[in-house]
This record gives sequence, C-alpha cells and structure tokens, in this order.
Amino acid sequence: MSKRRVVITGLGTINPLGNNVTDTWDKLIKGESGIDTITSFETNELPVSFAGEVKNFDANEYMGKQQARKLDKSSQLSIFATEEALKDANLNTDERLGPNVGIVFGTGIGGIGSTEQAVRTFDERGASRINPLAITQLMPNSSTGQVAIQYGIEGPSLTITTACAASANAVGEAKNMIQNGIVDMVVVGGTESGTTPMTIGAFAQIRALSTNNENPKEACKPFDKDRDGFVMGEGSTVLIMESEESALKRGVDIYGYVAGYGATTDAYHITAPAEGGKGAVLAMQNAIKDADLSTEDIDYINAHGTSTPANDKNETAAIKTVFGPKAYEINISSTKSMTGHLLGGGGAFESMVSVLAIQKSIIPPTINLNNPDEECDLKYTPNAAIEKVIKVAMSNSFGFGGHNGVLVFKKD
Amino acid sequence: MEDLLLKLRGIVVEVNEVFEKVKKLFVDELGIEEDKVTMEAKLEEDLDIDSLGIVEVVMAFEDEFEIEIDDEELTDVGTVGQAVNLLHSKL
Repeated sequence: MSKRRVVITGLGTINPLGNNVTDTWDKLIKGESGIDTITSFETNELPVSFAGEVKNFDANEYMGKQQARKLDKSSQLSIFATEEALKDANLNTDERLGPNVGIVFGTGIGGIGSTEQAVRTFDERGASRINPLAITQLMPNSSTGQVAIQYGIEGPSLTITTACAASANAVGEAKNMIQNGIVDMVVVGGTESGTTPMTIGAFAQIRALSTNNENPKEACKPFDKDRDGFVMGEGSTVLIMESEESALKRGVDIYGYVAGYGATTDAYHITAPAEGGKGAVLAMQNAIKDADLSTEDIDYINAHGTSTPANDKNETAAIKTVFGPKAYEINISSTKSMTGHLLGGGGAFESMVSVLAIQKSIIPPTINLNNPDEECDLKYTPNAAIEKVIKVAMSNSFGFGGHNGVLVFKKD
Repeated sequence: MEDLLLKLRGIVVEVNEVFEKVKKLFVDELGIEEDKVTMEAKLEEDLDIDSLGIVEVVMAFEDEFEIEIDDEELTDVGTVGQAVNLLHSKL
C-alpha cells in the first residue's frame, strides 16, 4: 500500500520580520534584518543588548486583557499565528476542529519568562503570592494546550522540546501521523519567546551569542569568516498539514508536499555538533530517502546556519559529505541572518520559508555574508535573493542535546 | 429608630465602598470589562473567572484589604455581591 501524501495548505507567522506571511516574505526576499537593540527590558547589566523581537504586537488589544494575562507570550504568539494559518487554509476559526485534527507544537524553553517571574515573586514575597497561573504559563506544552482549547482540536497532541530542532521534529512527526492515517489534519507549530535577561545572560555564558552590540542588524552573519555567535529571536509559525486527499476534497490551494523527514541524534556532546556533522549527515540522508528522492533532486537547502563558528563549519562539512561534488552547485541560504535564531520556533519558520521558496521560485538570501570563510565554501546565496525554479527544498534544524531534524519539501 | 437608620446607611456606604474597590480590582487586575461587574454578576458564568482565576481574585483581595481568606470561607461565594459581603464582614 502506498503511503498517504501530506500537503501544507495554510501558513501563519509572527516573527521579528513581520506579523503575517506576506510581510515576512517581502522582507525575506529584500534581505532585511528583523534584529535590533532589545526594547522589552533593560540590558545594561548584560553582555548582549540585541535580539530579534516581535514588533507591534499588543496582546491586550488582540485577545483582550482578561485572556492575554492568562497566557505566556509564547502562547499568545502561538494563537496569533494559528489564527492566520487556519484562515489561510480556508478553515472556519469559529467552529471546533474536532477529533480528526491533531496538534504538534515545538518549543525550546516554553514559558521561561513566566518561570523567571514566578521565581522572582517567590523570592520577594513568598509562596502564597506566586501567580496561580504560573504553572499553566510556564509548562512547555502550554501553547499546545491553549491553541487546542481555542480551536477545539481534539485529536492527538504532542509537544516536542528538542531545543532548536523542536518544530522541525514537530513537522516531521505530524507528517508521520497523517501518513499513518491517525488523523487527516494536524495543526503544526513552532513557538518561542525566550528572550529574557536570564537567558541572554546564560547563553552568553557559554559564548553562544554574537556580542556585536554596535551593529545589531549586521551581527548575524552565517558562514561568514567573522561570525561570532547566534542572535536570539522570538516568534511563532504555524502550518496546516493534511492528507492530499483531505485537501483535494476541501478544494483548497496546496503550498507543497512534506515529502521526507529524517531525525537522528549525535549522542556526542550536549552543545557541540559531532565532528563533521555526523548526526546531521545521517538525518539528511534519511530525509532524502524517506522522500524517495536522491541527492540529485535537491534544489535548495534552507540551512540551520546559526552563525556560530561550530555550526556553520560542521553543517557545511555535513552537506559536502551528503552531496559530494554536487554540494557546490546547490543553492543554500540561512534566513536566520534576518530573523535571528527562533530556537524551538525555527524549524516551523524555515519550513514555511522552504515551501514559499518552492511556490514563488525565489531563494531568500543569507545577509551579512561579506567575508567568505575557507571552511564554508558553498553557494550560500549571499546578500541578494535569486530567482530559481525549485522543485525540491530541504530544511535543516539541529538542536542542543544533539538533536537533528531534516525535512524535504516538494512542489508536486 | 433614627440611630438604627443612620447605622444602616453607614453599612450601605461601607458595602458600596467595598464594591467599588472590588470592581476596580476586577477591571484593573483581571482585565474584566467594567460594565459586567455588578453585585449580581456570577463569577464563573458572567465574568469568566475559573478555578485558577478564583485564586488570583483571593490574592488580589488579600493584598488590597490586608486580610487573609481561608478556602472554606469561599464555599458560598458565587457572585460579586457575595464576595463583597464576605470582605465587608472581615473588615
């Protein structure tokens, strides 16, 4: 029996570049940066003062103060992005989606801002003054539960916390759910709003962040010789995935097919990638195999490309191992150069970028790539988008913990 | 008789003061629409305050009125008016 094919029929996003898909795509192909000096808290005491923050989002205005104050920002953003995605997929957001729809969300650190706030209250005022909503805000599955409640999603639910691979794994696991006939549709998301004074401080302690405070917009420079770390980003992106049969029956437009998924674990080091990207190599190979394709078929790679010295070098090596001489011909780009690192929200965002690249025949650039690194010598689409027909795109996501999630998307 | 009336009037004024404070808390702290907060309003049905919300309300009352409220005292509190009366009795 042939496997059921899985399609994407709806997209929604709120991220440092824009508060909907159209604005986000426009900025991506213009090569604009959504990274800037942090405005939501004081950074005087911190070694890093910039990030990719969501802009012009007022939760009180969007969902009413009574609802907004119950949710951590990561969940507010999840609901905002889900609303756009459901409408885009021509679904009625006033009706419950019911038991034939599942939900899979990925997040790296869940409601970390709410955790910090609760700890602060506990220290200052004692246990009896802790916000009774703290637990439901800080739990990593908060977005999954809140989105399910909002839209009446009654099928299976999962929350995946494989750090920066989380929502790539979410897309992959949702594909398996649909392919295996468990449900016909899954609301898939990646969300993160973990830019807080503590996380900035902690990531900086492990020298993971760029410290280019003077030029925030130029700080994230994947594959550049002068790259000095990643940039924190926040946002949520949601994809409506369903069986091809379901989409055809509903008569909705199809963005593209989720054709392949490869997931592996380095089992090597909690932050550093395995030398040569061994786990990443196997994940890419498995994803291509799962899609019944060969390396010759891949037209575009949306790289993990975090702008850390270790990731970009090892990812480049891994791509060379997988593709051989063809590695030098494939168009690659890291859109993190514009959004910053959306952590657990990255895989869903970059899945969106991959299917839009296929749909619009445009490859968004890697910005701030001015001084090539001899160890990073592939076609990274520096600084300007290019037009190209893309039939197959691959998206890489790798997370602290050694988690690798690779997805392959097809035009038809 | 006049004394009694004066005393009653005094209580009414006090109850009204408590109600106004409660209303302000509901609006400012919990984000509830002002028009909805009446003495008759049911906390759960009319104001959408669930079991988690009740804990918040109690905390807000305790801070505002500098009192302590035991869980048992809340058993019969289902409306704004009942909450106001409970608070009034504890002041």
